[in-house]
Amino acid sequence: MVIAVVLVLVVVGSVLFHLFSPWWWTPIASNWGYIDATIIATFWITGAAFAAVVLFIAYCVYRFRHVEGRKAIFDPENRRLELWLTVVTGVGVAALLAPGLVVWKQFVTVPDDATEVEVFAQQWSWNFRLPGADGRLGSSAAARISAENPLGLNPNDRFAPDDVIMQGTELFLPVGKPVKMVLRSVDVLHNFYVPEFRAKMDMVPGMVTYYWFTPTRTGEFEVLCAELCGVGHAFMRGGVRVVTQAEYDAWLLEQQTYADFAAAAAAAASARVALGNAP
Amino acid sequence: MVDSVHPPGTGIPPAEVADYVPPHAHGWWARYVFSQDAKYIAIQYSLTATGIGLVALVLSWLTRLQLGFPGTFDFITTEAYFQFITMHGMIMVVYLLTALFLGGFGNYLIPLMVGARDMVFPFVNMLSYWVYLLAVIVLVVSFFAPGGPTGAGWTLYPPQAILSGTPGGQSAGIILMLVSLILFIIGFTMGGLNYVVTVLQGRARGMTLMRMPLTVWGIFTATVMALLAFPALFVAAVMMLFDRALGTSFFMPTLYDLGERLSYGGGSPIAFQHLFWFFGHPEVYIVALPAFGIVSDLVATHARKNIFGYRMMVWAIVIIGALSFVVWAHHMYVSGMNPYFGFFFATTTLIIAVPTAIKVYNWVLTLWRGDIHLTLPMLFALGFIVTFVNGGLSGLFLGNVVVDVPLSDTMFVVAHFHMVMGVAPIMVIFGAIYHWYPKVTGRMLDEAMGKLHFWVTFVGAYLIFFPMHYVGLAGVPRRYPEIDAAFVPDSIGALNAFISLAAFAVGAAQMLFLFNLGWSLRRGRPSGGNPWRATTLEWQTPKTPPEHGNWGKDPPLVYRWAYDYSVPGAPQDFIAQNDPGPGAAHGGAA
Repeated sequence: MVIAVVLVLVVVGSVLFHLFSPWWWTPIASNWGYIDATIIATFWITGAAFAAVVLFIAYCVYRFRHVEGRKAIFDPENRRLELWLTVVTGVGVAALLAPGLVVWKQFVTVPDDATEVEVFAQQWSWNFRLPGADGRLGSSAAARISAENPLGLNPNDRFAPDDVIMQGTELFLPVGKPVKMVLRSVDVLHNFYVPEFRAKMDMVPGMVTYYWFTPTRTGEFEVLCAELCGVGHAFMRGGVRVVTQAEYDAWLLEQQTYADFAAAAAAAASARVALGNAP
Repeated sequence: MVDSVHPPGTGIPPAEVADYVPPHAHGWWARYVFSQDAKYIAIQYSLTATGIGLVALVLSWLTRLQLGFPGTFDFITTEAYFQFITMHGMIMVVYLLTALFLGGFGNYLIPLMVGARDMVFPFVNMLSYWVYLLAVIVLVVSFFAPGGPTGAGWTLYPPQAILSGTPGGQSAGIILMLVSLILFIIGFTMGGLNYVVTVLQGRARGMTLMRMPLTVWGIFTATVMALLAFPALFVAAVMMLFDRALGTSFFMPTLYDLGERLSYGGGSPIAFQHLFWFFGHPEVYIVALPAFGIVSDLVATHARKNIFGYRMMVWAIVIIGALSFVVWAHHMYVSGMNPYFGFFFATTTLIIAVPTAIKVYNWVLTLWRGDIHLTLPMLFALGFIVTFVNGGLSGLFLGNVVVDVPLSDTMFVVAHFHMVMGVAPIMVIFGAIYHWYPKVTGRMLDEAMGKLHFWVTFVGAYLIFFPMHYVGLAGVPRRYPEIDAAFVPDSIGALNAFISLAAFAVGAAQMLFLFNLGWSLRRGRPSGGNPWRATTLEWQTPKTPPEHGNWGKDPPLVYRWAYDYSVPGAPQDFIAQNDPGPGAAHGGAA
């Protein structure tokens, strides 16, 4: 008896919790509202299924509890009922899967006009690189990383010198323009996670991964790492700021390029030689 | 047609073969320590699994102390936190759940339920336990190794698992973990061969495959899957061990360890993930299928009603087992693997929901118009259905590839897998123990303590993991010892504290259960041979607890399926599987 009441309370309590709890996702700041919509549809379908099954159990447990003289029926199978339930379940599952796959197709298809932005992760900080005026990121390799060349860019690549580099500082993005986040790691797995953007992807050393999105509102957003990467994992923080085009252009002028970094490193090396030290 | 009551003189068991008599042990060591009797081996597995499981339970309390009350306990450093969660997860999944369902319940129930005298390879069966114990010992040693146990997460992903930024990565911790896993897999192959071959070859006369109880089908299918899936983990562990100890580069690309260039190159971290999850996904069904089988028998027995749709239940178990091998990369949607794989794996993952749902409907339809006795096994079975449906439905969010993108690596995932693989199978384990304790010991567990144990565990565990989904929905990542970010409201702290308190309450209830197990051994009400009036063979043994060889002089002859409950016209509301029925004049019992 008590069990029937408790089961009803579990359903009612869960639904009320869902409707009235303050714990929900942070407001979206990207074009991936379809993901949010699919989650809501899934809550409706799974919520209905959970309530139906558990309330039915509660009813059975109450109505068919053992009392003196009760006898169970003998009903080994009912092919029609089982077939009907299978079909209904299949339809329900397809109703969740089909829109989900449509959105996934969009997720893996990068728009032609997306700008590439490289995220370069290491234990435990974030760095960024923009393609610069020529619109292309220069090639890079982990083997080229050095103190003077922390992102491992290829000094002989003509597309590299104008690449804009941010070491440990915030990334700025212009609102409303699609970006393809090109993800590189130099040591272990990381994951570039900004909750407001919804999209995220692991970064794997030895390969380049990606995802794309369009920032839809301005604001300052925190970057977290979402793939266990050692003891600094929870403290590997960064920032992304989405700004208007005018603010973005102004910010861009102040940034350093790979050429600036290389020149500064070369100057520092000459200074050391002049003082009688190693370069 | 369904195999139930048939006219007298029919249903005659097939031709006789020689009775297999298992070896008789002499001396205390051979009888009680190196026993080759599957019942003793089962108890050895169960006690060892419970022991190491209690260690994992304590680790979960330490984890919840940190998450509920961050900054309060100085001894919980970040390194320690990662070690707690890693060892908690690995122990619970592999060393507790798999060992208990297959090594514990499998060893005890398979021979008895199929009418055999023992497993078909008793010596190898005995060895399998000692290899398992060695694996547990190596695991425990890693706690005390310099640098402590590994803190790489139970998934042990490279490269971080073997690098210096991770606890145990460049010390003995990860090596001992991998060696322990290798030993475990060796032991479980030995045991697994026993379970599979005994079911295929050791059944009593008349026990066809389609007369076997679903408990046996669940454990049997899980064992077949284990024999196919564990090798993937075995090779992954060996390759990672080589990368760590010999400098090979199976999983290691060109990389730096905290700024220092290492000599690795050319390997693929994603290759490890494929191997791990090719094992890892079937593994969760290796845990779930025995639970499915057992819960079918608990519901049928305690509702005095045949399991609804037995044949579909068998097919569903087999289909789920087969499909579980083609869904693994739903754990890797955001791993950086080719994104087009997402289409395939999302489809197979949502397809596997269909046979699983059929099983849920059939459990529930078994209750319909039954004669439901709210015994402790029944209560725990009901608790299983509720929590399994909840956890399975949250899996539909994660299986739908694009929905997984924001939710992966958040507490939503942690809530999902705890509900569906932690709470639900544990409900079955408790129900199964309350159900079969009388057969193992001849005594009933105390009911008042049991009721308290049930209510605190069921309600408490639901209160731990249902709200946790919303912590993840709010964006809080997993494997974070504390969360401090602008997008996380302060009230999450209160929710985390509440969850921790619920966890401690549930933990306390388990202490009551352990006390009940010991207390009832001496003071429990004597149960007799078949206190639940069940149909299956294990309840029809001549002695309780069953003696060595199980059946006395003659093994049983089986005349019917396992679910003749409340058969119209029968003298009682159950007919045992070895009951020939009214007016049987054929030469049944020799």
